[in-house]
Amino acid sequence: MPNKIWVFIEQFKGAIAQASLEAVGAARKLNSEMGGSGVTALLFGQGVQSLAQDVIAHGADEVLLADDATLDDFRAEAYGALLVKLAQQHKPEVILAGATTRGRDLLGLVAVDLNSGSIADAIGLKVVNGAIHATRPVYAGKLLSDVTCDEHHPQLVSLRPRAFPKPEPDASRNGAITPVSAALAEEAIPTKIVDYAVEQGQVSLADAKIIVSGGRGVGGPEGFAPVRDLAQTLGGALGASRAAVDAGWIPYAHQVGQTGKTVSPDLYIACGISGAIQHQAGMRSAKVIVAINKDAEAPIFKLARYGVVGDLFKIVPALSAEFKKRLGK
Amino acid sequence: MHIVVCVKQTPDSAAKIGVENGHVTWGDASLVVNPWDEYAIEEAIRLKEKHGGKATAISMGPESAKEALKTCIAMGCDEGILISDPALKGSDALATSYTLAKAIEKMGDVEVVLFGRQAIDGDTSLVPVGVARRLGWPPLTYTSKIAELDPAAKTIKAERLLEQGRQIVTSKLPAVVGTVKDINEPRYPSFMGIRKAAKAAIPTWTAADLGCDPAKIGAAGSAMRWPSVYPPPAREGAVELIEGAPEEIAAKLADKLIADKVI
Repeated sequence: MPNKIWVFIEQFKGAIAQASLEAVGAARKLNSEMGGSGVTALLFGQGVQSLAQDVIAHGADEVLLADDATLDDFRAEAYGALLVKLAQQHKPEVILAGATTRGRDLLGLVAVDLNSGSIADAIGLKVVNGAIHATRPVYAGKLLSDVTCDEHHPQLVSLRPRAFPKPEPDASRNGAITPVSAALAEEAIPTKIVDYAVEQGQVSLADAKIIVSGGRGVGGPEGFAPVRDLAQTLGGALGASRAAVDAGWIPYAHQVGQTGKTVSPDLYIACGISGAIQHQAGMRSAKVIVAINKDAEAPIFKLARYGVVGDLFKIVPALSAEFKKRLGK
Repeated sequence: MHIVVCVKQTPDSAAKIGVENGHVTWGDASLVVNPWDEYAIEEAIRLKEKHGGKATAISMGPESAKEALKTCIAMGCDEGILISDPALKGSDALATSYTLAKAIEKMGDVEVVLFGRQAIDGDTSLVPVGVARRLGWPPLTYTSKIAELDPAAKTIKAERLLEQGRQIVTSKLPAVVGTVKDINEPRYPSFMGIRKAAKAAIPTWTAADLGCDPAKIGAAGSAMRWPSVYPPPAREGAVELIEGAPEEIAAKLADKLIADKVI
């Protein structure tokens, strides 16, 4: 029987997570390498039917669409119960998801019910004797580990955001949209979402192509102003080192590193960050790293492609001005 | 109210991690309480201080993990229990969540189970949600604040730190709460706590004590295999230093970044 390759599509208030579309691309590749019968996307939510075509355009052959008030936003209990029910019914060989907070929770929960293995945060996939072997960072990226759950089914894998290319959409692709029902009634779901305090206009660090980060060298909360300005100029996200967060200069949500977020942007600009091993763990997979630091001996320069030894309060504003000019802002 | 915090002993986060003969090494770095777990321990102690009852720390691991449990007691937990058995060797998240859930079931009266966000060695973050599922309790992972907790009404209100910002949820007790760093500032062990920890007896529970199904624990109960572990490829090339006046540096750097197609 041909293998069924499934992808969980995460959406928040009607916007599809980038990592889910990257997973659709990875699923297409697995589908050809594993002799699959096609890529099936699982789209759960309320009023999300209009997203199905976009998922098909990115590479899905079929969308299982559950449109229900109980699925309006992700709740592990409700989404997990439905994914388990569908997987028991259709027996997919692979279920992929983005390694976001929701994707990791979902596959971790489903693994228990289906008695299978969940591989979290994969950055590479290959097929060996018909089974997935995934590469994932351990010890915050200080090591890589190849893992497999080849004797269990389905093989559950969450993919690190930005580790896999996002496929180009093809509006001419066709696919079937099959409606499915929710598994749980509202009374059976103990968790209720009351509210969100969403930070408006902020680029999420995990999805960001460009990150500009500040560390101890910014000297205080107001020292983040030029760093923030450069991030905004470049349309990037604002990051920080643990030193800056622990000093109370910037909220924890911005922390990059071993006890913060792990990021893999195209460009990472480290301003006044010495580059402790814990910080490196969170950003070493960036494509291009620029280090701006007063101390020529700072370890961050060992990681950087471009380095500027100097005063960030002179260099960073000059960079902002230069890019405003170049980008016509 | 009985609060349980699950901790893991890991190499220190500053350790130089390497590989020798296929095994992970950390030189002479010390083994510590997983740094993410410190927030869970602190929260367990705060909940106990606020609502009364007791805070129990549990850890699954080798004999050495007793030291991690002593740190929990030194910080303010009432007791520590080690779950240790040669049969548990090779456990993945599936087997670990089963074993921890059996230990929590054995205690019988637990209202809140706290976890750190993830362990800094394996980095999976799968165990908290796995334990919640096995117990049939709500998984309140990535919690940055326990806003309300009512042991009598058995309700909890929590803020969770997700990609888009904070999500505020209500749920029912008993519950599993996974914490993030934002939730509190962990205290240092007190002098009295250190003395108490030094004298504390840490009981060991075996798989048989927990009534574990031998097919669900250790390597036999695990779905994951780890064929290889190795250092990541080194980053290529040395740093190119850009010099000049700030404006010159900015212009040169902009040229290079645009040529590299990262802007």
